[in-house]
Amino acid sequence: MDSPVAVVPEIENPAALQHHFETPEQQKDSATIGMWTFLLTEIMFFGGLFLAYFAYRQAYPLAFASASLKTNLLIGAFNTTVLICSSLTMALGVHFAALGKKNLLVVFLILTLILGGAFLGVKAYEYHDKWVHHEVPGPHFECEGCVDAQHTQLFFSLYFGMTGLHASHMIVGAGVLLVLIWQAHRGKFTADWYTPIENFGLYWHFVDIVWIFLFPLLYLIDRSGQGGIH
Amino acid sequence: MITAPPVVQTKRNYINAEAGLMSWLLTKDHKRIAILYLYAVTFFFIVGGMFAALIRIELATPAGDLMDSNTYNKVFTMHGVIMVFFFLIPSIPAILGNFLVPLMIGAKDLAFPRINLLSWYIYMLAGVFGVFVLVTGGVDTGWTFYTPFSTSYSNGYVVMTAMAAFIMGFSSILTGLNFIVTVHRMRAPGLTWFRLPLFIWAHYATAAVMILGTPVIAVTLFLLMLERGLHIGFFDPAYGGDPVLFQHLFWFYSHPAVYIMILPSMGVISEVVSTFCSKKPFGYTFIAFSSVAIAVFGFLVWGHHLFVSSQSAYAGMVFSILTFVVAIPSAIKVFNWTATMYKASVRLETPMLYAIGFIGLFTIGGLTGLFLASMGLDVHLTDTYFVIAHFHYVMVGGAIMGYMAGLHFWWPKITGRMYNQLWSKVAAVLVFIGFNLTFFPQFILGYMGMPRRYHAYPPEFQVLNVLSSAGASILGLGYLIPGIYFVWSLKYGKLAGPNPWGATGLEWQTSSPPPPENFEITPVVTTEAYEYGAQEVIHVG
Amino acid sequence: MAAAAEHSEHHIVPKRVYFAVFFALIVLTWVTAFVSTIDLGRWNIFVALAIAIVKASLVILFFMHVKYSTRLTKFIVMCGFFWLMLLLFITMSDLWTRSWMGVPGR
Repeated sequence: MDSPVAVVPEIENPAALQHHFETPEQQKDSATIGMWTFLLTEIMFFGGLFLAYFAYRQAYPLAFASASLKTNLLIGAFNTTVLICSSLTMALGVHFAALGKKNLLVVFLILTLILGGAFLGVKAYEYHDKWVHHEVPGPHFECEGCVDAQHTQLFFSLYFGMTGLHASHMIVGAGVLLVLIWQAHRGKFTADWYTPIENFGLYWHFVDIVWIFLFPLLYLIDRSGQGGIH
Repeated sequence: MITAPPVVQTKRNYINAEAGLMSWLLTKDHKRIAILYLYAVTFFFIVGGMFAALIRIELATPAGDLMDSNTYNKVFTMHGVIMVFFFLIPSIPAILGNFLVPLMIGAKDLAFPRINLLSWYIYMLAGVFGVFVLVTGGVDTGWTFYTPFSTSYSNGYVVMTAMAAFIMGFSSILTGLNFIVTVHRMRAPGLTWFRLPLFIWAHYATAAVMILGTPVIAVTLFLLMLERGLHIGFFDPAYGGDPVLFQHLFWFYSHPAVYIMILPSMGVISEVVSTFCSKKPFGYTFIAFSSVAIAVFGFLVWGHHLFVSSQSAYAGMVFSILTFVVAIPSAIKVFNWTATMYKASVRLETPMLYAIGFIGLFTIGGLTGLFLASMGLDVHLTDTYFVIAHFHYVMVGGAIMGYMAGLHFWWPKITGRMYNQLWSKVAAVLVFIGFNLTFFPQFILGYMGMPRRYHAYPPEFQVLNVLSSAGASILGLGYLIPGIYFVWSLKYGKLAGPNPWGATGLEWQTSSPPPPENFEITPVVTTEAYEYGAQEVIHVG
Repeated sequence: MAAAAEHSEHHIVPKRVYFAVFFALIVLTWVTAFVSTIDLGRWNIFVALAIAIVKASLVILFFMHVKYSTRLTKFIVMCGFFWLMLLLFITMSDLWTRSWMGVPGR
C-alpha cells in the first residue's frame, strides 16, 4: 500500500485523505476523471449550439457570410491571442504548483485572471458596438447592407448565444480564479497536493478550446471581400 | 448460504448513527441521500399519478365534460413533465443506485459525496420551479415543448417549466458523473469488471447516457427560454428558423432518456431473477455488454420521433433500421433472464413477481416499439394511442415494475425491516392486472385511430376507454397498498437479517441497515459474481 | 483498482514545451485569420476547421496533459468528440438530404 492515511482532520488539512478513499492517488485520480467527465458534458452542452450554427449556416450561407462581416476581424484575432496567452499563463501556473513554487503560482494565476478579464472587456466592447448598430436580435434588429437580410438575425442570435455562453463560462472561471488565488496566497497548495489548480486548469483550457472554434466560425466565414460564398 | 440471525435494531446503523434534521439535510452519506431522494421522488410520483387520474376520469366519457381542452392540455403536459423528469429519470439511479452502488463494489461511499448531496438540492430546486408551475396554472405544450407553439403561442408558464427541467438535468448529470468515477476508481480489491453485479453494469451504462445526453436537452431548453423570454429567435420560421431543429435537439436527449429509465430497471431484474432462481444469470457477459450496447445505440435512433415531421425520408430510413437494431440487445437480455429461470427452482417472492411481470410487459412494449420503428406503419400510428400504450408498457410495465421489484428486494437492506408478504403479493398482482387493463385497450384504440392529447373522442371509442379508466383505478390501488405496508413495516415489520433472500453480492454481507461506513473492513473479492451454491469465500478483512 | 499504477501526475512538463505550443497557437491564429481573406470557395470552412482542430489538439495534448494521462482520460476525451460528431453529423444528414426526394416541400 502507498502513503498512509493522513492523521490531520480533513477540515484543517485539505490534502488529507477523505474518509471514503483508500489512497491519495485514488483521490486525485478520481478528481481528475470527475473533471474530465464534467468537461464531457460541457462539450455536449456547447455542441447543441454548434449544431444550430451548422444547420443555419448551411441553409443561409449568404446571410451568414454577410452578417459575419459585421464582426471585427482584428479585434477577434486580438482577443483570441489574449485568450491563448491566458492558457499559457494557466499552464505555467499548474507547472509551478507542481514544483511547489507558491509565489510563481500566485503570479501566474493573477496573470491568467487579468488576461481573462481583458478578453471579457474586449467582448463587452464588441457587444456594445453591436447594440449601437442595432445588430442585437429583437424588435429593433437591423443588419445594414447585408445580403439576405431576413435571415441574418439567426446569425446574430447564434453570435450572442454562443459568445454569451462562452463569456458566462469565463466569468464563472474568473470567480473561481479569485478564490484559488486567495487560497494559493494562503499556502493551501503544495507540490504534493495542488489538485484544484490542475483541475481548474482543465476547465480554463476547455473554455479556450471553445473559443478556438468560435473565432473562425463567427468571424472568418468569408473575408475575401467578394461578399458571399461560392 | 447461511443468513445471520436477525439483527437487533439497537446496533449502530446509518439511520440511528446521527439524529436531527440537519444531520439528514447536511449528510454526505450516500445511503441517507438515497432516502432523501426517496421522499422527494415519491412525492412527485403521487402528483404525477393524480394528473394521470384526471386524464382517465376525463376520458371515461367521449365528451370533453370534465375540463375544457386548454385545461386538459395542461393536465397531460404536467403528467408527462412530472413523470419523465421528476420521477422516471431519477427514480432507480438516485434512490437504489445511490444506496447500493458503493455497497455493491465494497466502497465506503461514492467518489464525490458532497456532489451527491448537491444533486439532491438541485433536484429540490427544480421541484420548487415545478410546484410553482403547478400552482400558478401549468403549461400546455406537452412535455415535448415543440416550437413554435411553445415559443410563440402558448399561454402557459413555458419558461418556468423549461427551467424546472433544465435544473433537473444538472441533478441527473451530477449523479451520472459520480457513478462513472465511482465504478472506475472505487471498486474493492479483486472486484474486476466482469465480477461486477449486473446492477452496476446497468448503472454505469445509464450514467454514460446521463453524461452524454442531458447537456443537449439543457442547451435546447436554454435556447427555448431565450427565444420565448427574450425573443431571440433560434427556431422561429419568420427569421428562417427550423422547428424541426428543435425536435432534433430535443430528441437527441429524450430518446436516450428512455434508456436512462429502463437500464437501471433491467439491472434490478438481473439481480432479482438470479436471486430467486438461486442461479448465476445466464449469459452474464452478454447482459453486461448489451447494457453498454443499449446505451451507445440508443443515441443513434432519435429520428424515429421525427418520421412525420418533414425530416428527410432518407434519414428516416436510416433511423428506422437503427431502431430495429437497438431492440436486439434488449431482446438478448429478455432471452437471458428467461434462460436463467429455465429449470431453476424459482421462488415466487414479491420482487420476483414484479420481475416476471417486467419480462412479459417489457417484451410487449418492446415489440410494439418495432411497429412504430417501421416508417410506413408509424405514419398511421404516430400521435395515436398506440404510441401511448407502447411507451407505458415499457415505462410502467417495464421501468416502474423494475423499480417496485427493486424497492421490495432491497427494502430489508435499506430499512432493516421486512414488509407484509401477503399484501405485497396482492399488490403486485393488482398492479399487473390494473396495468394491463389500463393500457392494452389503448393499443386497440390507437390502431382504430384515436388520437392522443385530445380530451374528447368519437363515441365508438368509449368502451375501450372505460376499460382503460377502470384499469387505472385498479393500478392506482396497486400502488397505494405498498405505500401503506412499507410505512407500517418501519415500525412493526419483522427485523430483517443481513441476507433475508439468500442473495450473493457484497451488499448482503453487511448488516441491515448497513453501518454508516458500509463495511467494518474493506472486503476483498476472490470469487466470480453470483456464486450460488459455493461456500462463502468472500473474506471480510 | 485499475490504472492506479500510472503515475501521470508525477510527470512535470518542461516549460519549453508550453512555450513551443503557445508559439504554434499564436502563429496558427494569425494564419487562419489571414487565410480567411483569401477566396478558396467552399474550402474556406474546411481549412478554418482544420486549423482549429490542430490548435485544439495542441491545447488538449499539452496544456491539458492528455498526452501524459491515463488511458481512461484519453478514452473520455475521444468519447467527447465522438459524441459531438454524432450529434452534428446525424442531424445534418437530415438537413443535407431533405431535397433528395425531388418532391416539392420534401
